[in-house]
Amino acid sequence: MKQRLNNCSEWFLERFPLSDLWNEHMAHYYAPKNFNVWYFFGSLALFVLVNQFVTGILLTMNYKPDAKLAFDSVEYIMRDVQWGWLVRYMHSTGASAFFIVVYLHMFRGLVYGSFKQPRELIWIFGMLIFVCLMAEAFMGYLLPWGQMSYWGAQVIISLFSAIPVVGDELSLWIRGDYVVSDATLNRFFAFHVIAVPLVLLILVFLHIVALHEVGSNNPDGIEIKENTNWQGRPIDGIAFHPYYTVKDIVGVAVFMFFFAVVIFYTPEMGGFFLEHANFIPADPLKTPEHIAPVWYFTPFYAILRAVPDKFAGVIAMGGAIVVLFMLPWLDRSPVKSIRYRGGLFKKAVLLFVISFIGLGYLGTQPATPGATTVARVLTAVYFGFFLLMPLYTRWEKTKPVPERLTENPTLEDRIPALIALVDEVTITEQTTNAAGASVTHKRPNPAGIKAVLFRFAKNLKESLD
Amino acid sequence: MKSLLTTLLLVLSVSAYASGSDIKLESADIDLTDTASLERGAKHYVTYCLGCHAAKHIRYKRIALDLKLDEAEILKNVAPQGAGIYDQMHSAMNGHDAEKWFGTTPPDLSLIARSRGADWLYRYLKGFYADKSKPTGVNNRVFKDVAMPNVFWQQQGIQTAVVKNIDGQDVVTELKLEQPGLMSPKEFDHMVNDLVNFLVYVGEPVQLERQQMGKYVLFFLLMIIALAYLLKKEYWKDIH
Repeated sequence: MKQRLNNCSEWFLERFPLSDLWNEHMAHYYAPKNFNVWYFFGSLALFVLVNQFVTGILLTMNYKPDAKLAFDSVEYIMRDVQWGWLVRYMHSTGASAFFIVVYLHMFRGLVYGSFKQPRELIWIFGMLIFVCLMAEAFMGYLLPWGQMSYWGAQVIISLFSAIPVVGDELSLWIRGDYVVSDATLNRFFAFHVIAVPLVLLILVFLHIVALHEVGSNNPDGIEIKENTNWQGRPIDGIAFHPYYTVKDIVGVAVFMFFFAVVIFYTPEMGGFFLEHANFIPADPLKTPEHIAPVWYFTPFYAILRAVPDKFAGVIAMGGAIVVLFMLPWLDRSPVKSIRYRGGLFKKAVLLFVISFIGLGYLGTQPATPGATTVARVLTAVYFGFFLLMPLYTRWEKTKPVPERLTENPTLEDRIPALIALVDEVTITEQTTNAAGASVTHKRPNPAGIKAVLFRFAKNLKESLD
Repeated sequence: MKSLLTTLLLVLSVSAYASGSDIKLESADIDLTDTASLERGAKHYVTYCLGCHAAKHIRYKRIALDLKLDEAEILKNVAPQGAGIYDQMHSAMNGHDAEKWFGTTPPDLSLIARSRGADWLYRYLKGFYADKSKPTGVNNRVFKDVAMPNVFWQQQGIQTAVVKNIDGQDVVTELKLEQPGLMSPKEFDHMVNDLVNFLVYVGEPVQLERQQMGKYVLFFLLMIIALAYLLKKEYWKDIH
């Protein structure tokens, strides 16, 4: 029997380069050994992608892409389909989790210079994935056919009509009707479940192939391939399998914990993951008072609203994504990682983060005149970060980059410092309780908390120089 | 700069106001483990709401299962006459008549607790006051000019509004019970609370089960995290 099986596998391996593939991408793919917590988000994005595929396939088994039936079929899934509620919440929470993970993954690339030469193409593929993901999320959001689904789609598609000359025809062509209707729902369904996932899958494949060609970057931004041993292997590299496979399992498990907290305890996430107005069936005759996209689109939505002219706003919104594509050529610094870059870049990144989060918040709020002013300032900061980059990255004074990777402290190394921190911000007291036994109480120590905050602010200020 | 500062101040004052006003406004006391309250709520729903508002996403069978009630019992005590155990909570009123009588079709209430929230429903149901200018004779404090009449007028009695002019707008600051109803205000509060509790349950019947299941899932995942971490440590022990 064993001989038979051996023959069988031999027959297969003579015809398919399975071991070559495995070695090239897993067992003999050398990754820098000092990956920190930021490096979990790539594998987590892949994990969420699989989650969306599996739950998405299960949802299509009971979902009806028909304007008359769609809303009810979602409620049917939520109530009458066995475990349907779990599958649906996994999919809806997965959509938001996807953006959280991807935004953090992109931020990692930004601060450690993973987009810089020789990894420009990885960044481009990644950005294409991001654009696909936005299309996927936007079209998927129409499918539950609630009020926000309907009016969100109506607002976004009508943006195309701002394009001169062809605009109206174009938005008509996209909708397949004069308003968002059954025709729109059907085509969005087709794109959401077939076309875009297929493109997404191909792009993820290209993203990983391109990564494995040049090798992973690391928090120090050093090319580990420049220091190889007699076998030609990077000295500071470790095999992806088993080292990073077992490490990523920890990341996936921790992610699943937070994911489960949301699914089982707060699947609506206070209206951020599932908007309250989307529990009202779509009504083409009743415009909701306040139309807001889901949180992951709000930074771009805020930019759109910040610009007074509609067409210019559309250009600005598109431009906010296009500048991201150009990042590898905007950055002129010879240094990759933020650890060795000058204060200018660090301050710029801080401003960028503030503007992105600020715009994200403003996008969820009604556009009052005051809010629009703030959004305009933040939009200027957003674009300033990218468009002024060729200047300030050339001026900044960088620090010397080490030859070899620096050590990344493990979780256990950090525990004593964490305990010391807890001791500093709390006061321990001995009291006797009603039964006469002595009890140790910990209560917050205001002076300690103040000292820690001051130290944090000081460290932050120093690290910005 | 000035408008920037104004916005900041506005945001601060609005949030301060919001936190202050929450104490004044009443909120519903939701407890989905209280099956007696849910059963009373279901009964109130059938008596006072189902005439106009369907809740088509829930079946009597599901209510019986979740509230641990006997099927015969729920048909006798809760469901309207002639309803079967597998029936959805359909309303007897047809859309055409509704349009004629109220000018609009009363919405299905299966998901009203998810779109409006329990506290809103509680304030809304208690927020009717006498207003002669309306065809129904009442207006509502939280939903101005709503087409719905006060279905609880017998139980609640008649409330009148204390209107104050704030910044050029008439605002209802307080409701006063002018003519007591069949129930004391406390009894009435309980009744409305039971009804809102039921609506929250109907909004997502699985929520109690979901939360109860959650702790086992999280416990299991903590175990997985511990195991995965130990595995990682074992593999990485010679990486320096």
